[in-house]
Amino acid sequence: MKKGHTEVLYGLYNDEEILLDAVRQAKKEHLDIMDVFTPFPIHGLDPILGLAESRLHQAGFVYGATGTCTAFLFMTWVFTRDWPIIFGGKPYWSVPAFIPITFELTVLFAAIGMVVSFYIICGLGPGVTNEVLDDRITDDKFCLAFQTNGYSEDQIDKLKSFLTSTGVEEIGAKVI
Amino acid sequence: MSAIVSPVRKPLITGNKTYHQITEDLISPTEKTPNALWVITFLMSISLLGFGLFCIAWTIWNGIGTWNLNRTIGWGWDITNFVWWIGIGHAGTLISAILLLFRQKWRTGVNRAAEAMTIFAVICAALFPGIHVGRAWVVFYFFPYPNTRGPLWVNFNSPLLWDLFAISTYFTVSLLFWYLGLVPDFATVRDRATGFRKSIYSFLAFGWTGKAKHWQRWESLSLVLAGLATPLVLSVHTIVSFDFATSVIPGWHTTIFPPYFVAGAIFSGFAMVLTLMIITRKVLSLEDYITIEHVESMNKVILVTGTMVGVAYLTELFIAWYSGYIYEQFAFFNRALGSYWWSYFGMMFCNVLSPQFFWSRKIRRSITWTFFLSIVVNIGMWFERFVIIATTLARDYLPSSWSYYTPTWVEIGIYLGTIGLFFTLYLGFTRVAPVVAVAEIKSILKTGGDQYVGENAKHHHHVKHDVNEHAAGTSIDIDENPDTKIK
Repeated sequence: MKKGHTEVLYGLYNDEEILLDAVRQAKKEHLDIMDVFTPFPIHGLDPILGLAESRLHQAGFVYGATGTCTAFLFMTWVFTRDWPIIFGGKPYWSVPAFIPITFELTVLFAAIGMVVSFYIICGLGPGVTNEVLDDRITDDKFCLAFQTNGYSEDQIDKLKSFLTSTGVEEIGAKVI
Repeated sequence: MSAIVSPVRKPLITGNKTYHQITEDLISPTEKTPNALWVITFLMSISLLGFGLFCIAWTIWNGIGTWNLNRTIGWGWDITNFVWWIGIGHAGTLISAILLLFRQKWRTGVNRAAEAMTIFAVICAALFPGIHVGRAWVVFYFFPYPNTRGPLWVNFNSPLLWDLFAISTYFTVSLLFWYLGLVPDFATVRDRATGFRKSIYSFLAFGWTGKAKHWQRWESLSLVLAGLATPLVLSVHTIVSFDFATSVIPGWHTTIFPPYFVAGAIFSGFAMVLTLMIITRKVLSLEDYITIEHVESMNKVILVTGTMVGVAYLTELFIAWYSGYIYEQFAFFNRALGSYWWSYFGMMFCNVLSPQFFWSRKIRRSITWTFFLSIVVNIGMWFERFVIIATTLARDYLPSSWSYYTPTWVEIGIYLGTIGLFFTLYLGFTRVAPVVAVAEIKSILKTGGDQYVGENAKHHHHVKHDVNEHAAGTSIDIDENPDTKIK
């Protein structure tokens, strides 16, 4: 859905426990939850929402391995092929001396790779602005949002009464 | 996720806070005009920084001869300061990474400021290798870039080059980790701001909205970064110690250096965190978030690492004697009783004796004592590096080249300048970003807030929210009992 074309009906809750119950109930009633927005990470929310575990750490392993190979193979190439120099009577290919830099580049590649991937897959970054449903979601409100494009008055009323029945504090609608 | 009410556990957040109150308390310092104390400290810092910059310019213009280094003592205050600053940086990573892996909840009160401290300390440290080489304008020769001299590569077997990689990696990873934590908090600042301020923080917040999936990835990434930063921080000071340990100078050529340097780094870093946090909590009124419990926990770390450092000093002495190697024996005899005996005893007093006061619970929990001892430890750790570097070099193998070294005003000025730089950056940071991680504090409120744990916790207010009969968890209505006593 393009920006500015998503109709959203959302409820704001005062406490994460009430929100968790509401989300559980919504899942039970097979309501189509668009998203949940919270001021801090809520443990126990992911399984209820059915979010799969993040695979960032797997990507991190690949980035790290790239760093390991880059560092080790580069130093090997420099000291055995490109410009072999004897330092302190040690062999050209002195593996133990390559370990510190290999380790540092492993960490560097993994960290940069994962952080950049995180921002890209989340669609976040310098200059990105996303419409927020309510300014208090980053403060003390816990938000459960439904997408209502093409919903009839009747369906929207049903969602509203669902939100009310789960102890919602405020109900709002917004096009984002 | 339901709140755990425990009268035994000590609260980490006092003052019966609500989520909104946390936001108010932690964000408002960035929204107000700074007070007079801040302005005065900032002006002092920036003056020191200015003088430091002048001394650096003086060094570059006139050459390294403006320092008192000589053919025997090639490393003086420059490398002493470098190692000192790098060591200070280590506590930030320890708090943010290692304590995250150990699930120590008290880290949330201090991790943001400690990580900021890490980054600023590394900037101060990185300055010294850049200027001590003399020709600062060709300092890019450090990097292995394709060049027209062959290409002639840098020496990848040299610990000094390992150091370059270690410190650049450390700086980058710390910065990424720190900023990752700041993104949700910048979003909180953004959503409270208006006008121009809002557009600045919109930019800084990267478009954060608090989506469930984003939080999940954010937590997963934080954990993996912590897992990477933990061996990284140990490697950084290990490699710094290799600068000395891989040489053939008696007193430097020891295998104990890596663990000894790492323990010392954490020791001095925690001391600096305490110095800063004690001032910060007072000036920004954050006593509810950085409590005596936090101070005590950090003092325990200082006690442990200080004792480890003490054991390392004594081990060094014992091994020097036990080795039967006269050069090694002389190096240590000279450290303690040679021309720099005062710095050795300063080091022993500040690093080995002074932390032992923290065996007393009363002293661990006293702000005045902690503040005083944290400064003593910082001085002691500076002495340690000076002892290792200057005293060792002053008496080398050839008595004909024995020498003595005192710094010139330029060297002292550059050191003062880095202190100015550090405080200028830190004070600037307290104005633009919340010094305590807002989202992370909120996430521990129900297990660390004083209305849930500790002696003021409300025991009998399990209110079942029967908003629907399927509700599984219990929760506590914090408005139930508004007149709970606040300690």
